[in-house]
Amino acid sequence: MFRYCFRRVLIMIPTMFFVIFIVLGLMNLTPGSPALMILGQDATPEMVEQLNRELGYDQPFFMRYITYVSSLFSGDMGRSYRTKRPVFTEIESRLPTTVKLSVSVIILVVLIAIPIGTFSAVRQYSTFDTVGTMTALFFACIPAFWLGLMLILVFSLKLGLLPSFGTDTWAHFILPAFTQAIPQSARSMRLTRTTVLETIRQDYIRTARAKGQGEFKVILNHALKNALMPIITILGVDFGFILGGTIVVERVFSINGIGLLILDAIQVKDIPLVTGCAIIFAGLYMLVLLMVDVLYAFIDPRVKARYQRKASMGGML
Amino acid sequence: MNGRQLDRHPGEFVYKKRNAFLNRDTWGRFYKNKSALLGLCIFSVFIFCLIFADVIVPYGKALEQNLRIRMQPPSAAHWFGTDIYGRDIFARIVHATRYSLFMGIVSVAAGIIIGSAIAALAGYRGGRTDGIIVWLMDTILCIPFMLLALAMVASLGSGLRNLLLALVVASIPIYVRVIRSSILTVVESDFVEAARCCGTPDRFIILKHILPNAIGTIIVQATTSVGTMITWAAALSYIGMGIQPPIPEWGSMLAEGKAYMMKSPHLVIFPGMAIVLCVLSLNLMGDGLRDALDPRLKD
Amino acid sequence: MTNPLLAINDLKVVYTTAGSVVRAVNGIRLEVMQGETLGIVGETGAGKTTTALAVLQLLPSRTGKVVGGHIIYKGEDLLKKSEQEMRRIRGAKISMIFQDPMTALNPVTTIGDQILESLRIHNGGKQQERRLQERVDELLQLVGIVPSRKRDYPHQFSGGMKQRAVIAIALACDPELVIADEPTTALDVTIQAQVLAMISELKEKLGTSMILITHDLGIVAQTCDKVAIMYAGEIVEQGTVRDIFLSPRHHPYTEGLFGSIPDMDVEVGRLTPIEGLMPDPVNLPRGCKFHPRCRHAMDICRTVIPEARQWGTHSIACHLMREEGV
Repeated sequence: MFRYCFRRVLIMIPTMFFVIFIVLGLMNLTPGSPALMILGQDATPEMVEQLNRELGYDQPFFMRYITYVSSLFSGDMGRSYRTKRPVFTEIESRLPTTVKLSVSVIILVVLIAIPIGTFSAVRQYSTFDTVGTMTALFFACIPAFWLGLMLILVFSLKLGLLPSFGTDTWAHFILPAFTQAIPQSARSMRLTRTTVLETIRQDYIRTARAKGQGEFKVILNHALKNALMPIITILGVDFGFILGGTIVVERVFSINGIGLLILDAIQVKDIPLVTGCAIIFAGLYMLVLLMVDVLYAFIDPRVKARYQRKASMGGML
Repeated sequence: MNGRQLDRHPGEFVYKKRNAFLNRDTWGRFYKNKSALLGLCIFSVFIFCLIFADVIVPYGKALEQNLRIRMQPPSAAHWFGTDIYGRDIFARIVHATRYSLFMGIVSVAAGIIIGSAIAALAGYRGGRTDGIIVWLMDTILCIPFMLLALAMVASLGSGLRNLLLALVVASIPIYVRVIRSSILTVVESDFVEAARCCGTPDRFIILKHILPNAIGTIIVQATTSVGTMITWAAALSYIGMGIQPPIPEWGSMLAEGKAYMMKSPHLVIFPGMAIVLCVLSLNLMGDGLRDALDPRLKD
Repeated sequence: MTNPLLAINDLKVVYTTAGSVVRAVNGIRLEVMQGETLGIVGETGAGKTTTALAVLQLLPSRTGKVVGGHIIYKGEDLLKKSEQEMRRIRGAKISMIFQDPMTALNPVTTIGDQILESLRIHNGGKQQERRLQERVDELLQLVGIVPSRKRDYPHQFSGGMKQRAVIAIALACDPELVIADEPTTALDVTIQAQVLAMISELKEKLGTSMILITHDLGIVAQTCDKVAIMYAGEIVEQGTVRDIFLSPRHHPYTEGLFGSIPDMDVEVGRLTPIEGLMPDPVNLPRGCKFHPRCRHAMDICRTVIPEARQWGTHSIACHLMREEGV
């Protein structure tokens, strides 16, 4: 098990290199150089050239890539062009906020979507199911950022119940978390319903019932245990969309997280900051994907067996 | 054997799984599905706006500023009210439909065509080609979609063309993944093996066996994706990285209206509803298509 | 005469899907005595599995429905029992062995736990964990699986072993009646023989009554005391195993079944199957359901459903028998 995790983490490394390559490459598509941006239009060509040299911008792209990656190994993510502070520091202060927000979203989604989806599947075609499915269909179509605006309008401005910007208290996280959680729950609920429907059609469910097992335990121990794996896997993939959505939600709610940081940085072409944030985003996502994979191997003995065999064979070679 | 008989390859006569998509039964089921039809009706309203926007309301009205009547609620003169510059919101929404639908449809079409080509290459060739393509796509997918699109737009500059490019490039890996798995299911099935055994050339197999069977998934995926792309395009425009004002766009209209929405909620309600209805209609149609293609899944 | 353990009277079961009604079981009468093995023989689609599921009330809830008849178990009509009461019976008094061992087991739970589940359900409360575990070991040994394998998962077992595990689950709480739905169909012939031998042995040892559903007459000959031949949801012929295999009288369908078995000693150019196909259960023929395929069909067969005629333990539902007055 441990060996499997280790190998997966190892694979993450070349992937991360490639991710950095892509991000740096994208940022370099911009015509013009950072020095020009920093110094403004009044700068003389000599000043621009000198700053570019200082920033290492006169080097060809590939050299810059190598330099960046090697400095990463010593924990140096460069300095923001704009604030001159280390990128690491800028990110460090804001990372917990974004993580708190994303995690809240996932927890809400799991708590809402899975029970409702399962119940809908078990009581297929009942009123609950029909109403639930229609509601889910509707909410799945609502863009998160618009839902955010609507929630602010209703709960903050009209009713004055909840704060609409900032992150001072835990109450500040409620609206932003629900903004993303509601559409995502709608999508996940539909998936849960479909998956559970397929699962309860399997023969082993009939076997469980033939043992005289109560319906609740049949669904919990037999159906859900099998259905949860594909559901969680896709939720892991959807986490990428949640992370991306966080960027917009942080703007809507003026939440000082990495999303807002990267937005501001992108607008001023602050390449080191953008790259740093992008790496963090990608890293978070890859971490979640890894956790889902490990969880899968943990719970599904067939997958566990396959990876244990692979790992042990790797050890022998 | 004379030359004529060789024109039709024996592989063609191998039993072919019923072409689910073009089947009359499929369309019959689709038309019986009430919600799918509702989706179709709503979407046709948007298509109508797409084609006849200039007829419904001249483009000038969408840009015409009149600070004296700014932020007025809906009235007979201005059905959806006016925005912060006094422009008619109804006119702006109608014309924004063009941009959004164009963005959605073209980005999905391009993405799916390119994605299908890559997926077909990977799925059919298998082996090393498949491995490399899968690794490439998986790696790009590690970068959250929004981030990728955002970075591209930030680099290339905002505007319709770059937004389109960003959406297409960022969505290709997703299509490749979905279409590839659909193709693999077909490639590994018995009738393809049978066709191969007969000596049917590769391009025959791809064109006549694999594509028709995978196309069902592709169509359903495409319909839902148009809605998704429209939403992402609006999101990017909202944060100022997409289509810039004064060009009307649902997302940027929301951004403009945010500061004043307490006094004038109509500023944000109508553009948002437009997005919701558009995506909803597309999802209803997508669901209807899925149920029509594979009714087993319903029960 | 002692009362039968299980008596099915005039059972009718239908499936309703998207507007069409499938008449799966159309008024059957069966009896199983204590310690007896009743074989139900028929082609796929005859309604055998439906009958078995109806006894335990495991029909798919939305589509399957019992629309008539009684299933009397030890004097009580099972069809009148509540779900709660049925759960006490399932697994404990009447249990079932399903057809496909590959899919009948939960892939993410150990074999031991799946057997344990059955024990826990019916030996509720704080039963000593150790006693139950001992019972699991006992059962595994009974079916020929090494008890140390109880922590293994289904995918680690071969088909034959999986089926043995399924049998262990069915026998866990010492049921009075076991319904085995084609228990060996999904297995290789050699494994089939082993599993059948084991089932017979267990039957002897534990004195369990059994309903064995199969399409293989050979298995019937080996293991059953009584046989019922089922066609299109009806029992066309019933009797002891001697009646079915040795009597000169038969329902034309039974004759066809025997006739289609290849004879080991005689070399034949072609086999003789029964012509035609089993009727579409949505659109059953009027009168005798076999008449479209019957060589001896008469006019009356097309309109009147034949009643069962009795010769001692042997009953046949065919107008031919009536005609000949034999």
